[in-house]
Amino acid sequence: MSVLVYTENWDGKFKKATYEIVSYANEIAKQLGCDLIALSIGKVSDEELKSLENYGASKVLNANDDKYNTIISQVYTKIIADAVNATNASVVVFANTYTGRSIAPRVSVKLNAGLVSGCIALPTSTQPFVVNKKAYSGKAFADVQVNSDIKILTLNQNSYKIVENKKDAAIEAFTTEIPDNYFKVKSIEISKASDKITVNDAEILVSGGRGLKASEHFGMLDEIASILGPTATTACSRPITDLDWRPHSEHVGQTGKVVAPNLYFAIGISGAIQHLAGINSSKIIVAINTDKDAPIFEAADYGIIGDAFEVLPSLIEELTKLKNS
Amino acid sequence: MKILVCISNVPDTTAKISFVEDNKVYNKNNVQFIISPYEELALTRALELKEAASGTITVLTVGLQDAEPTMRKALAMGADDAIRVNTEAKDAMFVAKQIAEVAKNKNYDIIFTGKESIDYNGSQVGEMVAELLDIPSITSVSGIDVEGTTGKIQREIDGGYEQIECEFPFVGSGQKGIAPEPRIPAMRGIMMARKKPLNIVEPVEFTDLTQVITHTLPEAKSACTMIEPDNVGELVRLLHEEAKAI
Ligand SMILES: Cc1cc2nc3c(=O)[nH]c(=O)nc-3n(C[C@H](O)[C@H](O)[C@H](O)COP(=O)(O)OP(=O)(O)OC[C@H]3O[C@@H](n4cnc5c(N)ncnc54)[C@H](O)[C@@H]3O)c2cc1C
Ligand SMILES: Nc1ncnc2c1ncn2[C@@H]1O[C@H](COP(=O)(O)O)[C@@H](O)[C@H]1O
Repeated sequence: MSVLVYTENWDGKFKKATYEIVSYANEIAKQLGCDLIALSIGKVSDEELKSLENYGASKVLNANDDKYNTIISQVYTKIIADAVNATNASVVVFANTYTGRSIAPRVSVKLNAGLVSGCIALPTSTQPFVVNKKAYSGKAFADVQVNSDIKILTLNQNSYKIVENKKDAAIEAFTTEIPDNYFKVKSIEISKASDKITVNDAEILVSGGRGLKASEHFGMLDEIASILGPTATTACSRPITDLDWRPHSEHVGQTGKVVAPNLYFAIGISGAIQHLAGINSSKIIVAINTDKDAPIFEAADYGIIGDAFEVLPSLIEELTKLKNS
Repeated sequence: MKILVCISNVPDTTAKISFVEDNKVYNKNNVQFIISPYEELALTRALELKEAASGTITVLTVGLQDAEPTMRKALAMGADDAIRVNTEAKDAMFVAKQIAEVAKNKNYDIIFTGKESIDYNGSQVGEMVAELLDIPSITSVSGIDVEGTTGKIQREIDGGYEQIECEFPFVGSGQKGIAPEPRIPAMRGIMMARKKPLNIVEPVEFTDLTQVITHTLPEAKSACTMIEPDNVGELVRLLHEEAKAI
């Protein structure tokens, strides 16, 4: 028996979400008293693969082939399901990212394994197997019991802390047969939204709403994010992307991204229920709003009733002072 | 072009969330149900694709009779016919089995779902249907055009977008961007919807592999600490020293 974790890479690099799921999967392996095996697909350097041993992986399977450069869910599903069979895995862990969401359900069908997506904590029990997930767009949580022999979980980003747990992992090539007709999806072009950290990866989000009045005023948010460093970026409410003041990738809420940063600044955002659905897992929420009755203050930990155009310049000044001290 | 759009019937986005039966079951009392927003966008785009070429749009829901008003709304938006698989939607694989059973001999060119239902938030059903039918699935479709029998698709990926092409048939899960706004049914559409076929089929048997054993609600937040607007330094101090967030 083992636990298998699919360690997704981005242009050959692992990132925080990968180490979070390895740490999480390692803890489940401990609960079950078995080994943790990592599976990587695509081109990743040996050095990068080796880094997985720091978080508990005792073996790394490396499925590296030029054919895997485009992420095709059918192809990746076949590789992962074959690896599950080869390692006799009883739990399979994915990150709840775009890629994880595109593959985990297919693997679940292939292996007739129950899938719980959007997990936010370790299983509360392994016999029966019960794990907690977000539901109703973050307005509730559900404890889900999985009855199949193999269990598949996707873990939400920023919901499990990275824990070091040094092992010595051998890297083994993993190969398998893929039917030709699985390669029907052709990648034409990839465009990166920007070089900034994504709203899902960020630890601090500086988010603005209609209260900022015009697209040029979002420059203040960019400035705050840059003072706060590389783990901070900007976000916004839905009307702001509808107005094309900011890119769609920054839209947070029920119909946009659901985020869980350590710190969320809601600036000129009223706090509509659909907006709150996307942010209510944030650890700390700061609201800046002229309207003392804005619902955002009910969700916030710290609040300033005031005009963003007066508060933000002082915020920029004070944050700069802190960072320089 | 034959398109199937899978529709989940979910509580309105502003609905209060509460549970009954030992917190197992969502409390539907006084709640308005709607087409889950992502498949509403996917349906809107499917209608545009059909109008640009030709074809039929079928909508499908796995659910009990109380889902029918939502299905009529989809018909009023312009779908040609509807199928309801007459059973309570259990877990995602159960729902996917029902959808795949309906779709398996019907040669749909595209099967659309939403990227997730806003109640269970599984992001599972579409990809599962594709695996059951052994066809490609494209997740998080933020734009789609059709040329002949090829979908020219933009999908969102982590940190950006990817332009891809895929021959029919495939499953696409729609998200924000696939259509700018959901289509609002016109009066004529609402009248016509009453006469459009809504076929009921019985479910196939499948034992669900997962079960929700209980729901919980988030803990109430403690009161917000208010800071005077001319004392932003205090906010920064609290974030640094008390919350340790910066
Ligand atoms: C099906 C559906 C899905 C939706 N999904 C989403 C979603 O995913 N995400 C989302 O965000 N919304 C979503 N919405 C929209 C949501 O209902 C709100 O309309 C939206 O969140 C409001 O955005 P806002 O807070 O920026 O604007 P407003 O509600 O207009 O609020 C602006 C706020 O700025 C304050 N303000 C004004 N001037 C200043 C100033 N000088 N300084 C400081 N504050 C000021 C005002 O007091 C007000 O509170 C959805 C709606 C529906 C129906
Ligand atoms: N009961 C259902 N009937 C028909 N389609 C559904 C049902 N549940 C989910 N779907 C479709 O599958 C998508 C993903 O749902 P989920 O896996 O629950 O997040 C939804 O956006 C719908 O398009």
